[in-house]
Amino acid sequence: MTDLQPVLEFRNVTKRFGSLTANDAISLSLHAGEILALLGENGAGKTTLMNILFGHYRADEGAALVDGQELPPGSTQAAIQAGIGMVHQHFTLADNLTVLENITLGTESLYAWRQDQKKARAKLVAMSEDYGLLVDPDVLVSSLSVGERQRVEILKALYRDARILILDEPTAVLTPQESDNLFATLKAITKKGLAIIFISHKLHEILAISSRIAVLRRGAIVGSLETAVARREQLAELMVGVAVARPKLTAIAKGEPVLEISGLSTDGAGASTLKDVNLTIRAHEIVGIAGVAGNGQSTLADLLSGLTQRYAGSVRLNNSALPTGDPRAVVAAGVGRIPEDRHARGMVGEMEIWENLISEDLRSPDISNSGIIINSSKSKSRAVRQIEEFDVRCSGPEAETKLLSGGNMQKLILARALSRKPTLILANQPVRGLDEGAIAYVQNQLLQARQRGAAILLISEDLDELMSLTDRIAVMFHGQLSDAIPTGDRTIAEIGLMMAGQGSVTPGEERSLDH
Amino acid sequence: MAPFWAVLASMVLCAALISWAGASVFQAYGLLVKGAFGSSFAINETLTRSIPLILTGLAVSVAFRAKFYNIGAEGQLYVGALAATYFGTGLITLPSGLMIPFLILMGALAGGALLIVPVLLKTHFKVDEVVTTLLLNFVVLLVVSYLIEGPWKDPMSLGWPQAASIIDEGVLPTLLAKGRLHFGLIVALIFAVVIWLMMKYSVFGYEIRAVGLNAKAAEFAGIKVNRTVILTALISGGLAGVAGVSETAGLKGYLTLDLSPGFGYTGIAVAMLAQLNPLAVIPSAIFLSAVYVGSDAMSRAVNIPTYIADVLVGVSVLAVLCSVMFSQYKVRWLK
Repeated sequence: MTDLQPVLEFRNVTKRFGSLTANDAISLSLHAGEILALLGENGAGKTTLMNILFGHYRADEGAALVDGQELPPGSTQAAIQAGIGMVHQHFTLADNLTVLENITLGTESLYAWRQDQKKARAKLVAMSEDYGLLVDPDVLVSSLSVGERQRVEILKALYRDARILILDEPTAVLTPQESDNLFATLKAITKKGLAIIFISHKLHEILAISSRIAVLRRGAIVGSLETAVARREQLAELMVGVAVARPKLTAIAKGEPVLEISGLSTDGAGASTLKDVNLTIRAHEIVGIAGVAGNGQSTLADLLSGLTQRYAGSVRLNNSALPTGDPRAVVAAGVGRIPEDRHARGMVGEMEIWENLISEDLRSPDISNSGIIINSSKSKSRAVRQIEEFDVRCSGPEAETKLLSGGNMQKLILARALSRKPTLILANQPVRGLDEGAIAYVQNQLLQARQRGAAILLISEDLDELMSLTDRIAVMFHGQLSDAIPTGDRTIAEIGLMMAGQGSVTPGEERSLDH
Repeated sequence: MAPFWAVLASMVLCAALISWAGASVFQAYGLLVKGAFGSSFAINETLTRSIPLILTGLAVSVAFRAKFYNIGAEGQLYVGALAATYFGTGLITLPSGLMIPFLILMGALAGGALLIVPVLLKTHFKVDEVVTTLLLNFVVLLVVSYLIEGPWKDPMSLGWPQAASIIDEGVLPTLLAKGRLHFGLIVALIFAVVIWLMMKYSVFGYEIRAVGLNAKAAEFAGIKVNRTVILTALISGGLAGVAGVSETAGLKGYLTLDLSPGFGYTGIAVAMLAQLNPLAVIPSAIFLSAVYVGSDAMSRAVNIPTYIADVLVGVSVLAVLCSVMFSQYKVRWLK
């Protein structure tokens, strides 16, 4: 076997779902010791390709080859035996087992009398030292941080003698510092001769880590280039097709305070319990909250959405107490809400579009006669206007909501939340999972709302978004919220440290990673 | 279309059982149809039997829409019958035009009341309502048994375990000169239309559907999920309670332990076959009633046990559930 032989090769892989071609004659090769980045938007076909490799799907045409040998299609077992290991975006670990137990899970025969823990432990310890993936084999996974859990996932793949490691959006749940650690680890792993496929849609990461980049768009490879010669703008254009400029903030004078939170605490223990939160947002202002998921952002969002009732402290909207525990009263008081999970909370998928558009003001005279009978002709004509104004692509107000794409569904949520011209907008991860076109649309809507005088609270895990879209940024960690500082005054690296709970550092040491 | 294919599929499957039992399939089905619709007496009987099925079918379809799985329509039916017996055997005497609505109201309240504990256990402590409502059926049957063997036993019944007769003012009038068909049919049809209008056009019906389809989104939009589920349960129990009033004050005239041969459970089949649509509950109930009535006649003429009716109903429901699944997923054959 020569070095020229790729360890993994895709030959003309085509996969169709009905009329949609998810993978269109994809050919790719991966060599030992290299990190190949697979770049593409949601729905570009990255996951489909990996599912074919892993035997979850069968390709309609073409095949995947490991060391020149064709993988039998449709067999996950064969893929694992051929040395392919996958680290999923959502971890697949058992919280109540130790690291060692998690790693050996499934590798031992079910019919063995007892597990050979000694040998397994020795192999794990040797491996973790070899690769610099240090983790205590005897602690429970539930006590590990997110970054450590990911390390366990990687070790799990390596323990099964993986030579090809696939990481699907591995940094989605990490702080910037944890991401840097991950990158160092991945580079160390490739030095040992392993090959890595790194799936992401974040350009800066891909430029930092990979040796080669393949760009997927609408199921086809639209570009394949060496990282050394790749430019950010060029990649963005390849990925999206046309260069989409994300909107930027323009200076505007701030108005009166709209939302005033002081001394806000909630019941309970744990990282998501709010502790003495203070925040003021004025008219014409967007304040961003950064933080790793699970540090209290959802608690704050639920409270402002009218879902949570019990709290201590004061939350005032336009100089009067914000109603709590009653979403309809909150909406009536002038809050427009964009929920974190549009499928689970935003919309009832099986209902028609017009029905979802009236869900927040069912009992208002616009929608129903004395709150009893729904006036469907009035509701539908309002829905038609909203669909037009927010450019929702659908067959009409009577289309089933779940048939909409993610971007169109988000536009529908914007239509419902923003039509009433709310004074406070609560935007929780408003662009998560959307394609570039829809991201630009949503961000522009938020900027327009700021222009007309709304106060906006933007909760996001995407620091790039926060840096470009907010007037001030605060960081949430373990239920505590830092002061909201003008956005230019902190670098991404500083915010990253605060997200990890390491307090603030003096500004100015290091400028933003991307700007 | 799914229910029609389901019924057809179950008839084909049952044809195998019939020929296995040694009868001619066409003769057997012919006798079944003739037994259910072949004479004015048969039609009369089929419609009479369909009355409690329409009401329990409505009870189940309303509750299932909100994903409140009320399996206890049988118990609620008997509690409604108890209410009719308590108020209708002489305790209160009103003119007929008031007495009948009063008994219906009392039966509905009693049926709804029986669901209060299960629904509160579900909304406040997440106790599975399938278990609580199902088990309450047996509790209620034992209570009925105790009452009609003991304190409520009619001294004029010559020792039979039955309660006193409903007073004349409370008895539902018959609709035709001959046969047992009674005013309960009108009541059931009115309820079906009202429930259909409520589900389709009212704010409350919207809230029931939203809660059933996606409770989290409903809550986010400001719909009070627990309140909606509780009210839905009360309506569901109430409808089943009315079925009990109708059987007691319409068909039999007095409460016995064999008032219902499982109408509460068959109501689940009615609702599933109607795909939870309140108007479709009417033909669905009439069809299932025809199967039961017709199979009685069939078993008298050829040597096939009446159990074939249960098999036919059971297979139809299974076929509907399968066809719903197939309409959402595509079957693909793997090599």
